[in-house]
Amino acid sequence: MKASVIVFPGSNCDRDAAVALEAAMGSTPKMVWHGDSELPDSDLILLPGGFSYGDYLRSGAMAAHSPIMREVVRRANFGTPVLGICNGFQVLTEAGLLPGILMRNSTLRFICKDVRLRVERNNTPFAAQYEEGQVVRLPIAHKDGCYFADAATLYLLESENRIAFRYCEDDGAVTGAANPNGSSGNIAGIYNETGKVLGMMPHPERLVDPALSGTDGAKMFSSLVEALH
Amino acid sequence: MKARITITLKPGVLDPQGKAIEGALHALGFGGVEGVRQGKFLEVEVAEDDPKRARAEIERMCEQLLANTIIENYAYELEAA
Repeated sequence: MKASVIVFPGSNCDRDAAVALEAAMGSTPKMVWHGDSELPDSDLILLPGGFSYGDYLRSGAMAAHSPIMREVVRRANFGTPVLGICNGFQVLTEAGLLPGILMRNSTLRFICKDVRLRVERNNTPFAAQYEEGQVVRLPIAHKDGCYFADAATLYLLESENRIAFRYCEDDGAVTGAANPNGSSGNIAGIYNETGKVLGMMPHPERLVDPALSGTDGAKMFSSLVEALH
Repeated sequence: MKARITITLKPGVLDPQGKAIEGALHALGFGGVEGVRQGKFLEVEVAEDDPKRARAEIERMCEQLLANTIIENYAYELEAA
């Protein structure tokens, strides 16, 4: 399996993503600079978290127009799986690979804490090793994570089962109290039409090592390896 | 030519920053403030001298990058540099 991690100026979760991928793949992913127009052969493309372009203008807006993104979009349209984490999710929405937008958290605060997520579906390369309805724990660390889309788009996402994860209570109940940032429908992550592009605000790459208090994120990477090797 | 571009949130889009500013104004004693919405202002200088072509270029910039039209409107004024 070959993976590419795109690095934008200001990305800071690229190395954690590479560590998580390497642990699952048994080989190192390629780190690809945003300014390159050539993308190596990839079974998976990962857009990592961070503050690309300092979040100037809008989070992910300028990164979405980096030279490399033209190729990422082209590959995604041809079916290469793409995982966008946090800032990577923002880049995916700005690049048009996913609908909607990530806005300033309704609390106006940068939130850095563990949340519970309900796995809404597991029939994708990303979530096959989770159970549908399973509650997992992952950290979030963001100020612009409030997912918003118009009513028609939300209806489409719901009816096509494209919600990947929802913020929830420990027991899986999807409540307002469990929503850290005001996202519509407690949406923490969504898929594109084919289920091959996933954008999510929480950080699976930060919970792949028991020494760091948990491994709920590891299943995403092992799901990918199982699906794509 | 120089474009002065204002980017504002569409009506109805949640603006917690505007709300926070409203609260701060109230705290300062400006009790009559009934609403605040925050937007962005950009000045863009283009080499184009023809207003029609400059207008078209500015609009393309707004649509492609400067505004996210899911939640933002844009307006601009053009003047000779």
